[in-house]
Amino acid sequence: MCSGRVDLEFVLRAFANGMDGVFIVGCRLNECNYITHGNYNALNMVSLCRRIMAHAGVNPDRLGIRFMSAADGILFADANDEFVRQIKALGPLGQSEGIDTQDLKAGLEKARKLIPYIKVMKREKLALHLDSEEAYQELYSREEVDSLLDEPVSYYIDPGKCRACMICARRCPVEAISGGKNRIHVIDQEKCIKCGTCFTACPDRFEAVEKISGASVPPPVPEEERQIKRKRRQVPAG
Amino acid sequence: MKKPRYIIEDRCTGCTTCVEYCPVEYPDPYNQEISQNKAVHIYFSQAIPLVTYIDASCLFLKEKKCLICEGVCKNKAIDFSQTEQTVAVNVGAVILALGYAPFDPRVRDEYGYGRIQNVVTSMDFERLLCSTGPYEGRILRASDKKHPRRIAWIQCVGSRRVTPGDNSYCSAVCCTYTQKQVILAKEHDAEAQCTVFHNDIRSHGKDFERYYQRTAQLPGVRFIRSYVSIAGEDPQTGNVTVRYATDDGVKEEEFDMVVLSVGLNPPADYGQLAHKFGITLDEHGFCEADSANPMQTSRAGIFVSGGFQGPIDIPESVFSASGAGAQCAQLLDHRRGKLTTERQYPPEKDVSGEEPRIGVFVCHCGANIGRIVDVPAVVEYVRSLPHVVYAQEQLFSCATNSADEITELTREKGLNRVVVAACSPRTLEPLFRDTLREAGINQYYCDMANIREHCSWVHAKQKDEATQKARDIIRMSVARACHLEPLQEFELPVNKAALVVGGGIAGMTCALSIANQGHAVCLVEKEADLGGTARRLHYTLEGLDVQAYLQDLIERVYRHPLIQVSHAATITAATGYAGNFVTRVKTEGRIREVKHGAVVLAVGADEYRPGEYLYGQDDRVLTQLELEERISREEEALMRARTLVMIQCVGCRNEDRNYCSRVCCSHAVKNALKLKDLRPEMDISILFRDMRMYGLREDYYREAAEREVKFIRWQPADPPQVEAIARRGKSILQVTVADPILGQRLEIDTDVLALSAAVIPSAGSREIAQLFRVPLDADSFFKEAHVKLRPVEFATEGVFLCGTAHYPKHIPEVINQAYGAAGRVLTLLSHDKIIASGSVCEVDEKKCIACGACVAACAYGVIELRATRKGEKAVVNPVICKGDGLCNALCPTGAISLKHFTDEELLSQIDAAVDEV
Repeated sequence: MCSGRVDLEFVLRAFANGMDGVFIVGCRLNECNYITHGNYNALNMVSLCRRIMAHAGVNPDRLGIRFMSAADGILFADANDEFVRQIKALGPLGQSEGIDTQDLKAGLEKARKLIPYIKVMKREKLALHLDSEEAYQELYSREEVDSLLDEPVSYYIDPGKCRACMICARRCPVEAISGGKNRIHVIDQEKCIKCGTCFTACPDRFEAVEKISGASVPPPVPEEERQIKRKRRQVPAG
Repeated sequence: MKKPRYIIEDRCTGCTTCVEYCPVEYPDPYNQEISQNKAVHIYFSQAIPLVTYIDASCLFLKEKKCLICEGVCKNKAIDFSQTEQTVAVNVGAVILALGYAPFDPRVRDEYGYGRIQNVVTSMDFERLLCSTGPYEGRILRASDKKHPRRIAWIQCVGSRRVTPGDNSYCSAVCCTYTQKQVILAKEHDAEAQCTVFHNDIRSHGKDFERYYQRTAQLPGVRFIRSYVSIAGEDPQTGNVTVRYATDDGVKEEEFDMVVLSVGLNPPADYGQLAHKFGITLDEHGFCEADSANPMQTSRAGIFVSGGFQGPIDIPESVFSASGAGAQCAQLLDHRRGKLTTERQYPPEKDVSGEEPRIGVFVCHCGANIGRIVDVPAVVEYVRSLPHVVYAQEQLFSCATNSADEITELTREKGLNRVVVAACSPRTLEPLFRDTLREAGINQYYCDMANIREHCSWVHAKQKDEATQKARDIIRMSVARACHLEPLQEFELPVNKAALVVGGGIAGMTCALSIANQGHAVCLVEKEADLGGTARRLHYTLEGLDVQAYLQDLIERVYRHPLIQVSHAATITAATGYAGNFVTRVKTEGRIREVKHGAVVLAVGADEYRPGEYLYGQDDRVLTQLELEERISREEEALMRARTLVMIQCVGCRNEDRNYCSRVCCSHAVKNALKLKDLRPEMDISILFRDMRMYGLREDYYREAAEREVKFIRWQPADPPQVEAIARRGKSILQVTVADPILGQRLEIDTDVLALSAAVIPSAGSREIAQLFRVPLDADSFFKEAHVKLRPVEFATEGVFLCGTAHYPKHIPEVINQAYGAAGRVLTLLSHDKIIASGSVCEVDEKKCIACGACVAACAYGVIELRATRKGEKAVVNPVICKGDGLCNALCPTGAISLKHFTDEELLSQIDAAVDEV
């Protein structure tokens, strides 16, 4: 397992659990144990995560990352001591931020729910390997991450257009789309991870799935109104 | 003769409690006697076995006093009754890997070593730089334990000198190791002023030229070509004065520390060893080897590898190590596998449907954990954790009886998960996995909680906190254990055949060695004939008749029943993975499918066709290979020539090709000496930048100078000029060069001009690289898995390389590497099956949205998008997955997961970290 395995989810979960700091240590840059140089992935994730933390009201300095070899015992100890000092100076989570713990957790939870969406939207940037540690600091701008989290898109199936073909429902990775044969499909917004698969999957001739941003999603069609009335009924065979 | 260690190896767990209590301190030889160590100690931190030994400085050994270590060792591993033992071992072959001894500058007073405190050797400096060194990685001076700012390195100490006590040869590694030390010294202290006094800079290794440039361009680093002497020491400050010659006369400069870049001597007591083994040594004391097989000593069955071959760098040592192994294997092939027995494990019980029943074993590690962490209290706490049905303490969990105890209790208590709270899984996880297998439980049901390195060792003064931390670590481990899944390791059959691409010396030597060990080889050559570039070589510096050698090699290849040669062949497609490749080879319009378990890329290199110095415009301008060909047939026009000029570094060490072609200096000297043999009166000049006559080749350089071959150094800013001018109706080839010694421009009318043209990557190498999905370096030579430690293999398993496709090299080096590659191929092909880890990635198709994030993240090419009935989905080839888990972290939907390190497992640990249950 590589430091690049450290998931956004792990870090945000730790803070949501009330941890005061998270410290990631990876191999020295350009001295990869594999051939993948995944420590750059870790660095990339950290730079994104710090912006997300700032958005959620958590001081980004609570997340640290350092690179060293397994033989750098003294460096490791020093780095840890330094990080602990830094976190102690900040005090318990929420204190230096001046935010109520519950609000902070709510912010983190909200961000955590959007992780799949963030990974989809930032797929290309997350794969970037830049030359230096400094270059990563500017990889994600504050505005970019703020708008990503504040105005996430939603997907909605237009009941007037849906032909209940089941394609989107079958493709949905999280089984958020309900509906069966001749039943208008509905996206469960709680389950939806905003990956956009349904949007791409819906056949061009229907264009039933809408991408909504900046507006609220219309309420789902009531259960009893979901039956599709076909214009020309086909005579059942046999 | 086996010397006593005074330690029972199987009992010592390497806990080092004895080291702590030992009262005897003596100068640590591993740290160049700069710091102290204890009479009982582990030699160095990577020692194998990682157990202690007792040095002769021990009080008991000297005066029958003390015995403290015996008292503190809880495992009764100390045994002073051990004596020297003579052990007789029957073997079929011997490899002499005796290494080298660093040159001891004390043999000459002028170096000041031992007399002047702040003069150190490069070996001393190496230890000072190291985090396990005398000052834990701080560079300090002996005189005042202060940090030196102005450091000078003096090159060629003990090397390239014919004075008594010194070595006439070049030690081959010092230029580059010095550059490394400069870089590291600058990393330690960005303000350090580093000065290197040198002769030629010999950056003949792969990527060394760029390394040299990188070093030279650092701020505060000077490279000064000059002969130097140590003028003296300031008794007040301890600073050292160095005197050196410059263009403006002799200068003196003061430094805080002087590093002597000492060369490589043959191993100590080499004479006696040679006598013992009945082998012949060369004049320097290195092992004399067969010129066509540098690993073969003068005695059959005895091979040599590494520094005892002569001064060589790490990659060459590794080639020859693996190569000598291959030659032993060739010799002893009929004995392969005779001494191995297969372990039998009880059948594995399926417990995946059961509720977790976790057993926790908390190790004292002697006193290592036990004296800091309150182990009984921890055990008591652990019993309260959910799913823990059993917990106990152990003195040393790794001791054989403790491991047996774990196996027994797992069976008896019906445990289906085991947590061992002890040390780092890095060393002992395989052992504890094995104990689970012995108990009939899947080995991936084991988890280790590291309460030594991560706890007791770092919190020695905070016992209560350490105990609490141990509780936390174990609680997290138990949480993860609940989610562990049984995993199966893959067993894949290995196709026993090999494919060798390239029929030059490298490819043929490698193919023969593989075939001699009983494996079928398909040898693919793009030309109509075997032989490669060697067909254009006729003799070597050391006197090998290349053509005779080549003919013999070709015949042996053709005669070998297991080698099938494809001529004028191209490779059109290559698929598969280690153990199971399928490659399509096209010959004479037909395409054949070859199935093989391993592939060796030995596609060679080409000679650069110069566009400079009138090459191709004037018949008198030749390349070295063309010159050699004419020398070999004593061509008339050449034999009539009165003057011959050679120009070095044509087409390399420049912007287009920023590397040194390594072989050209030797080729120039070789051809010059040959011409001097044939026509002693011929006036030969070699125009060079640095004469890179590394290693034992230095002696030939000296010989050439003695035989009046003129060596004239030119600077890249002012290269030689070549003109064809008409004088008195005759066309004259005139070479003009600035002579730095005479300080004027020399005009040489020459009859023949030989250009030492660069060695360039073979034209087809890029295509081959793409076919086999292996990388090329910045210079388009093949990029090996690790430049020092894995120089004959690619990161892609099952694909190997050798010869000049890797980097330009001399024939003996090619042969070293070819055998080396064969050795690595055999370690793969000698197995009937390969076992791949169970901790690999897996895709939940339902969740996959085919975004491709995982495909882009995987440098191993494990994942691809494939059309399925449910649309495009990521598909994993688990066999080649290395388990880094990058894909897992980038997957938006959690469709791809790294088994044994799943989100669920890791998140459960993160959750358990927070608070008590």
